[in-house]
Amino acid sequence: MDLFGRVLVPGDASGTLLRLRSPISFWGGVDPRTGIVSDPRHPNYGDSITDTVLIVPATAGSSSSSAIMLELLRSKLAPAALLLARHDGILALGVLVARELGYGTIPVVEVTPKVLQLLPEGGTATVTRTGSIEFQ
Amino acid sequence: MAMRIIVDMANMMGAERLTPITSAHIDGCLYHGDSGVEFAEHLVRRDGKVCVPTTLNVGALDLLNPNRVHSDSHTSEMAHRLMSAYVKLGCKPTWTCAPYQAGHRPGLGEHVAWGESNAVTFANSVLGARTNRYGDFFDICCALTGRAPLMGLHLDENRRATVLVDTSSISSALKQSDVFYPVLGTWLGETAGSEVAVIDGLPSEISEDKLKALGAAASSSGAVGLFHVAGITPEAPTVESVMSHSDQPRIIHLSADMIRATRDQLSTAHAGRIDAVAVGSPHFSMGEFAELERLSQGQEFKVPFYVCTGRGVLASLETAEGVESLTQRGVEIIVDTCVVVAPILPGTGGVLMTSSGKFAHYAPANTGYEVVYGSLEDCVASAVAGSIVRDETLWN
Repeated sequence: MDLFGRVLVPGDASGTLLRLRSPISFWGGVDPRTGIVSDPRHPNYGDSITDTVLIVPATAGSSSSSAIMLELLRSKLAPAALLLARHDGILALGVLVARELGYGTIPVVEVTPKVLQLLPEGGTATVTRTGSIEFQ
Repeated sequence: MAMRIIVDMANMMGAERLTPITSAHIDGCLYHGDSGVEFAEHLVRRDGKVCVPTTLNVGALDLLNPNRVHSDSHTSEMAHRLMSAYVKLGCKPTWTCAPYQAGHRPGLGEHVAWGESNAVTFANSVLGARTNRYGDFFDICCALTGRAPLMGLHLDENRRATVLVDTSSISSALKQSDVFYPVLGTWLGETAGSEVAVIDGLPSEISEDKLKALGAAASSSGAVGLFHVAGITPEAPTVESVMSHSDQPRIIHLSADMIRATRDQLSTAHAGRIDAVAVGSPHFSMGEFAELERLSQGQEFKVPFYVCTGRGVLASLETAEGVESLTQRGVEIIVDTCVVVAPILPGTGGVLMTSSGKFAHYAPANTGYEVVYGSLEDCVASAVAGSIVRDETLWN
């Protein structure tokens, strides 16, 4: 089954689907040295986001989350792709800056609440530069 | 590169065009990792220069007293390189989160690009300038190009209030006090999120420092970037003049119970000894120093008493010969940075007392300290006693 989203940053990538269970501030919420969710109050505490197709229902808090996203891309600990459910530029900005600095880039796709619901809870997913999301 | 990033972001967020800006305030000079340093130094190598007056927020070092911050040598070196790079880009080394009290005051209706949540909220709410909540990387891109995407709080329709807060049940004694405003702000941030609120029923002689404390707390606990106070802030001569035309407003009658619950939730410790006091988030103003001087006259502190401020305010204080009497009492003045973004507090933990809603919000996660919230007067009394002393009368 294929779903589509709006391409914010184009790219092709595959990875394990990981859905964040509540809004997250990457600053103070994800350890940039390990890629692991580090906020003990977050339901995904302890999960690694590295190389996942990460479903982010909402971001919260600090605009310094762009800096954490950039740091993750520089140290090759970033997700393989981001699927964002909210109109939010903070994480995508980190990806744009990484692309400018030659750290590589990852696809960032905005999805509607309906698509968000249809995405499965696990398994692998492939995101393409046209914004299609394929999964098994 | 800066223009490319701005245009990409404008397209992504659906802005139809860019707007010229008249000033910028940069939050990106605080060290979070080496990639931020590489970004800033990349801009320097490409001969980047800001094209509008631009001030700098805090860094991770106290440049005037390097021994105050206990970071490892790699962090210190990189934090220093980051701060230097932003100065080379033409930004003014103000190193303060209260640039609006260091002479940087854009006027009503001016489009600007400001970073740092409290500075954004003050610029929008108290000065009536127009900025979104910009942050790392994007703030400097706006300063280098003199442009920002025309969207969000740059536009009239998004500056109207969708939430009305009625404060008529709160006692006027509490509304006259300083201690009320960080609590009101914390409640507002949790309640309004990113919506614009208008607050009705606050005293007409409310000081700028109280509005600063309100906004700082609201933009820590929520994503508030703009609030109005009816009869006080420049875009809200009356409640009606600033209400949204399209949305049915949410009306909230603030009660003493609600505000007391928020006050209690700002503290993680409630009695017993304290290990330090820290005030000055946002950075202390001359007026706040005068109040501290008055409250602490003839007293001696049992615990370290940190006051964070900008180097501009410190210079004025030195001219007014107000520094020596404070340091004799045990006050340590921190400039260019603050106690929740750099390792300054002694040891690995303890109990910290503060009059800042923002410190109360961030201290437990960022410093490992338990925190107690009280008025400046409570902070002075507690520092003298070495244990928590709070005047409860206003809250009963």
